[in-house]
Amino acid sequence: MNRIPFAAAVGLVFTALYFLAALFAPLLAPYGMAEVVGGVWEQSSSEHWLGTDNIGRDLLTRLIYGGRTTIFIATAATVLSFSTGAILGFLAAVLGGWADQLMSRTVDLLMSIPTLIFALVVLSVMPVTVPMLILVMGLLDSTRVYRLARAVAVDINVMDYVEAAKLRGERRGWIIFREILPNALSPLVAEMGLRFIFMVLFVSTLSFLGLGVQPPAADWGGIVKENKDGIVYGIPAALLPAVAIATLSISVNLVADWVLNRTTSLKGGRG
Amino acid sequence: MGPALKLVAQRVALGLLLLFLVSALIFAGTQILPGDVAQSILGQSATPEALANLRRDLGLNEPAITRYFDWLVGALQGDLGTALTNGQDIAKSIGGRMKNTLFLAFWAAVIAVPLAIFLGLLAVRFRDRWPDKLISAVTLASISIPEFLIGYVIMYVVGVKLRWFPSVAMINDSMSLGEKLSSIAMPVMVLTLVVLAHMMRMTRAAILNVMQSAYIETAELKGLNRFQVICRHAFPNSIAPIVNVVMLNLAYLVVGVVVIEVVFTYPGMGQYLVDHVSKRDVPVVQACGLIFAAVYIGLNMVADIVSILSNPRLRHPK
Amino acid sequence: MNDAMLDVRDLRIGATAYPPGEPPREIEIVHGVSFTLEKGKVLGLIGESGAGKSTIGLAALGYGRGGVEITGGEVWVNGRDILKGGLRGLRQLRGAEVSYVAQSAAAAFNPAKRLMEQVTEAAIHHNRFSRSDAEARAVALFAKLGLPDPETFGNRYPHQVSGGQLQRAMTALALCPQPDLVVFDEPTTALDVTTQIDVLAAIKEAIRDTGVAALYITHDLAVVAQVSDDIMVLRDGDMVEYGSTDQIINSPQEDYTRALVSVRSIEHAEKPPTPDPVLRVWGITARYKGTPFDVLHDVSVDLHPGQTLAVVGESGSGKSTLARVITGLLPPRAGGIEFAGRTLSPALERRTREDLREVQMIYQMADVAMNPRQTVGTIIGRPLEFYFGMRGAEKRKRVKELLDEIEMGDGFIDRYPAELSGGQKQRVCIARALAAKPRMIICDEVTSALDPLVADGILKLLLDLQKIENVAYLFITHDLATVRAIADSIAVMHRGKVVRYGPKSQVLNPPFDDYTDLLLSSVPEMKLGWLEQVIAHRRMESAGN
Repeated sequence: MNRIPFAAAVGLVFTALYFLAALFAPLLAPYGMAEVVGGVWEQSSSEHWLGTDNIGRDLLTRLIYGGRTTIFIATAATVLSFSTGAILGFLAAVLGGWADQLMSRTVDLLMSIPTLIFALVVLSVMPVTVPMLILVMGLLDSTRVYRLARAVAVDINVMDYVEAAKLRGERRGWIIFREILPNALSPLVAEMGLRFIFMVLFVSTLSFLGLGVQPPAADWGGIVKENKDGIVYGIPAALLPAVAIATLSISVNLVADWVLNRTTSLKGGRG
Repeated sequence: MGPALKLVAQRVALGLLLLFLVSALIFAGTQILPGDVAQSILGQSATPEALANLRRDLGLNEPAITRYFDWLVGALQGDLGTALTNGQDIAKSIGGRMKNTLFLAFWAAVIAVPLAIFLGLLAVRFRDRWPDKLISAVTLASISIPEFLIGYVIMYVVGVKLRWFPSVAMINDSMSLGEKLSSIAMPVMVLTLVVLAHMMRMTRAAILNVMQSAYIETAELKGLNRFQVICRHAFPNSIAPIVNVVMLNLAYLVVGVVVIEVVFTYPGMGQYLVDHVSKRDVPVVQACGLIFAAVYIGLNMVADIVSILSNPRLRHPK
Repeated sequence: MNDAMLDVRDLRIGATAYPPGEPPREIEIVHGVSFTLEKGKVLGLIGESGAGKSTIGLAALGYGRGGVEITGGEVWVNGRDILKGGLRGLRQLRGAEVSYVAQSAAAAFNPAKRLMEQVTEAAIHHNRFSRSDAEARAVALFAKLGLPDPETFGNRYPHQVSGGQLQRAMTALALCPQPDLVVFDEPTTALDVTTQIDVLAAIKEAIRDTGVAALYITHDLAVVAQVSDDIMVLRDGDMVEYGSTDQIINSPQEDYTRALVSVRSIEHAEKPPTPDPVLRVWGITARYKGTPFDVLHDVSVDLHPGQTLAVVGESGSGKSTLARVITGLLPPRAGGIEFAGRTLSPALERRTREDLREVQMIYQMADVAMNPRQTVGTIIGRPLEFYFGMRGAEKRKRVKELLDEIEMGDGFIDRYPAELSGGQKQRVCIARALAAKPRMIICDEVTSALDPLVADGILKLLLDLQKIENVAYLFITHDLATVRAIADSIAVMHRGKVVRYGPKSQVLNPPFDDYTDLLLSSVPEMKLGWLEQVIAHRRMESAGN
């Protein structure tokens, strides 16, 4: 159990690298974020390892700073979506009755509109700022976390050991935190990885559509938007964020898979 | 009325109710939230008189509930209002674009659905062997990259390097079907890839679920061969889950279309929506949002109805 | 050996084990088992869970379930080794020469197809009968198996018939292609005892009339004694004893077989009722929220201090609902509960901590009755902490004492439930209930999920603890042997009503009401020819009416 499988280890290392790069972006990046340091769409060279972008900024620098923005927004939105979704989901499962009905039907309604479309509708009237993005993304996504958390908690809530605790006279706090939470944690942690990936993709998509992070700030979706015209001329600058996004999300996926498998093997295990 | 019919009727009624609530939600999302439409249109430097005039012109001084029902009744009659930015009739602008979007989505579905089911079956047939592993690796890769980037990767490789198809998907009524198809080849390819992964994985899971049932073992112990087991016993029980998978993914396709149209500057609903979100043209956004949501709700409803109808317990009550 | 239609020689079967946190590894689950079966004979395979009996039964069809593989030995059917014929050979054998009756017919029938199509499928597929002949055969089998409207029975879908009927239809499915051998895998285990006897009689008659050979797999020696000519006792994949049914039942040679034969022969002398019952339940009528009918009607019973009241009934009799009412999980619509001279509030939320402490509960499935993330020490220690405020060393000392009382020893204190066997888990649940020092414990089918020998151990422990702690048990069960072993008084429940209630000696002796008579006479006895006697007796009675 203590040995981490190879794939999960690779995932952990890469995930950690990305987060470190995001934290220490100003130290790592060779140039200033919005600094124009060369010609338009220069090839890669010893000064500019990945070349320059559509107005002559260093692409590696843009990617590092872009990662910082993207990862920050995705993390914040994930935390928001998780805390809201998980708390409400657990509450719904434990309270039951009309509180559960009210919350669950509201979530059904919110989920009957595709997330992207809903976000576009809201962002058409709201100021597009980073806190607003985090708020919209986090709250829209918390519906999915709510469903999962509620389902997991409902499953656990009908277990005999929870009934035994109720018959003992335990308070609601004990039941949620000592009986349900420890058993619900692993599937939720695995889901958190998937939600984080979704957030990265989501914020990138919004930025690409021009409705996310606003220039001159860099983010991975924005870099694609800025450099997309180069594609037609055979300049692949716009594809670089694809590599970054794909490696990050595959790494997180590998870690999430491992967490999930560990849980199932624990459940089925007999000594 | 049989229980199945009753459930279907209930499901349709629920769908309509949902649609009604969604329309209210979309309206509320654009009107009641603290953003101010007039301010958005005119910008921060607008004079108070100009703002007041625009508010009056837009009917913003009416209570929200009145405006909502005016809008809803209009929408039901096919009147979606006029765009703020250019004053054109929205229903008219949407008409042609919707045709283009449906054209694109239709061809993507025609290719993706059979392919996904076939590959899903293949993954089940060669479970845990290399075809299965390859399929799950491709799935992992394609759900790890956003749709628009898959679009650019394909545009770069197929359109720019290989020069098989045009990079920009222009389309108009004067083109022949062949020209149109060639024009949308790349967006279709991208959309196919995007939904294929999900659909394959879900098909695989649905069929595996059926294959693990005890009645499949019964069939095997009758001496039937694998093909007979699948055709006679697994298939009738797999229809509902597979239709479900297909519908969910078509719903997903609807969203994918929005982004892909922007990538290939394809004159469809998605591009229209995104354009007007940036311009903060609220009536257009409302109209498009409502249509996308309606399609999404409709597809989910069809999925549920199929699973009701294919449930033997409901079709043949005690 | 030429007469042998099935000849199994040194059969070895392997499987992949997935120990938690370790890489999967290959293990052997059947270690060289040999037996022969002649035409028209029935061999019973008996053993507890993990004995390998189902695995051996499926090996007669050359089939391994989920990762199970035949790794050695030979299986000869009608003079040829089926393991040498490849998959094609096996497919010709399965459903033609050898067929299979699964434990859960409800799952084994395809929900999307009519019964007739499924029953005749193998016969038609193997060209043993034409479609019309196969259908005629199926109708004849339905009639023989006592199914209602045999002519039209096959037109129904699986969900349209009852569990007992489905199990008979499964037997028809197996017999329809006129096989030489049928493997019956616990065919009556999932059924209620009064249904089991009819299905058992139907199966026995069908075997006799068709002259088919059968492997009859079960964990219940009394059942297998009724249908088989020979019995093989298995344990952990090894043969323990193999002989004629008469020899195994009446003069078992091995200790293990003797233990199986004498299982549930615990004697418990009945104690007389006292003037002050600890629990008095009167006039309880209850229904579940949102349902239109009552599941309990006017139920009244008493439980005396330090005694056991067995509430016995089949599924749907309302016996578990009664437990929910007493614990306060389901407030009744009418009636009341008096406990130790005071009235208990109908709803759980209104009960005092003292009320809750004095009524404890033990569940059927010990697996899910313990939080998998808590150690044995935490599980047993929590009531000590919660009710008596014990902490630290004092609590640990008491947990160790309790572990001693349930005969487990303090080595288990830091283990997790997943590391315990089924019997140990149930013991820990008993210790958790005892920790609260209750006056009464509700035992809901506490031995039903356990193998007979383990269940016996639990019953003995409960009886011993009752003597020491003077605790009263409300013992809910469907199993009459358990009732005999443990009860002082008995309440027989049927369709939500108490149909018979009184001291054990009175309830279990004539004159009987109809339902109790049916119930008591349906419990298989460890006696050859019992089934024939009961059936003959019932026929006489119904002829007499």
